[in-house]
Amino acid sequence: MSTDTNTARGKSPARGLTRRQVYERKAKQKSLIIAAVSLAAVVILIYIIVPLAPGWEGVKRSFFNWAVLTKTFPKMLSAFVLDLQLFFIAAPLIFALALIIALMRNVTSAALYPLRLFAIVYIDVLRSIPVILTIYLIGFGIPGLGLLPPYNSPYIWGTVALVLAYSAYIAEVFRTGIESIHESQRSAARSLGLSETSMMRYVVLPQAIRRVVPTLVNFLVALLKDVALLSFIGPVELLRQAGVYKSLFANFTPYVGAALIFLCATIPAIRFADYLMAKQNAERSR
Amino acid sequence: MKRTLTTLAAILLASAATANECSTGNTLTADTLTIATGNPAYYPWVIDDAPESGNGFEAAVAYAIAGKMGYDNAHVAWVRTSFDGAIQPGAKNFDFNLQQFSILPERAEVIDFSAPYYTTTKAVVVTTANGKDMTPATLSGMKGLKFGAGAGLSAATFLESAVQPMASTLLYDDVANTTAALQANQVDAVIFDLPTALFVTGVQMDNGKIIGQFPTDVNDSPDHFGLVLAKNSPLTACVDAALSALQADGTMATIEDKWLASGAGVPVIDMSK
Repeated sequence: MSTDTNTARGKSPARGLTRRQVYERKAKQKSLIIAAVSLAAVVILIYIIVPLAPGWEGVKRSFFNWAVLTKTFPKMLSAFVLDLQLFFIAAPLIFALALIIALMRNVTSAALYPLRLFAIVYIDVLRSIPVILTIYLIGFGIPGLGLLPPYNSPYIWGTVALVLAYSAYIAEVFRTGIESIHESQRSAARSLGLSETSMMRYVVLPQAIRRVVPTLVNFLVALLKDVALLSFIGPVELLRQAGVYKSLFANFTPYVGAALIFLCATIPAIRFADYLMAKQNAERSR
Repeated sequence: MKRTLTTLAAILLASAATANECSTGNTLTADTLTIATGNPAYYPWVIDDAPESGNGFEAAVAYAIAGKMGYDNAHVAWVRTSFDGAIQPGAKNFDFNLQQFSILPERAEVIDFSAPYYTTTKAVVVTTANGKDMTPATLSGMKGLKFGAGAGLSAATFLESAVQPMASTLLYDDVANTTAALQANQVDAVIFDLPTALFVTGVQMDNGKIIGQFPTDVNDSPDHFGLVLAKNSPLTACVDAALSALQADGTMATIEDKWLASGAGVPVIDMSK
């Protein structure tokens, strides 16, 4: 009986594939071919049509100038080292501060209400101001108070501004994570006799942080790009170095070069975040 | 017949008053010369950010050139562009653009420059408060300073080749930010072109001081400022002709005396010590 049904469903003993599998395989091949053809068509169209635009020669000379790129790229690459340094100093500080703010935002005790209020105001204010303004105001304002070198360095205060701005965003990410942990987890922890602190430390935070890791990676990518904003208060990092070359050569190619460098640095991180998210989704739906 | 003559005379008069042969048909708007400057335009180049008044060195130069080209003040229109707006490919929204663009061979590959309308040196400004007020200024003294400069100027590359300071130079978007960094002691000294330095130390800062200007034989110094026009613009030749006429009849010297403070008293930096 069962063999009969199998034959009826079209099992082909020679290839070991059902009729459905054969059909699906064909459909997949077909869609692959269609995708390849349409991609090729688009690429060819761009390749043919864009150079036909009357301004193409000008755009090519101003944006895709090989001579300018080769002359400027090495120094831009070394300017990017400064971006990386600032990033690796700022990122841990941001996470530490953000976690503290998020915990302050979550205190429930009435006596500690000032802490909670401070966290609310902190997050509201710093999230509402454009990052570039925070950098300007802190980067120029605080050193102007009369601090002596080296404590008036734009590197220090620029990093402080980035840390303040980003910790407000990331505190909200942590808070979302903390609030996403089901009340039953807290009840269980309490019933085991854990204190508020231990509950947070051993039960809530480990789950909460794991849950927001993909979002955090996304913010890290944004941070790496926003480090370039520090160039507005003096440091000659990649964006500024590209700007100097742009001005020197009256050519935008250095900006394209800077974009390439940022791409190479951020795309792996973006893919990593995608991977983490996919993994988490798979685990959740299991 | 009489009427025809009058009409003819009127036409001749009108064309004489509005445009000369050189630029006719080549301007952005017929019978009007469209001139671009920065946003904002700074002292002493344009006074009160109002180029329409003709006050300030560049505003006055612009009107003088327009006049020589046959455009009276009523036939001049002003627009604002950034540096990037002046160099971007594609159609320009100005006939010529003046905002202290230094004439550089690399830049001349994508835009046209007129002949220079002004030549200046780079000057070093310090505050008397920060103890970097060295006299006389020498090259070895300069090497120990932490410099700030405008990113749009050629100052960064100039410093690297001519001075090679030990600390890395900080760069800023405009004169105001550069001055702010100097006043906050974030840099020891800043570099401006001499007229800007004279203005900043004379008007904007209480304790600003020019310690010296770089000698004219150092590479990239002096700076020649030129008008920027679209690459291969038919107007470049007209503007050059107008400029050389203005230089020959002494108008340029008069404008310079009127709007720019004299830098004659500023000491020259000793590049041998």
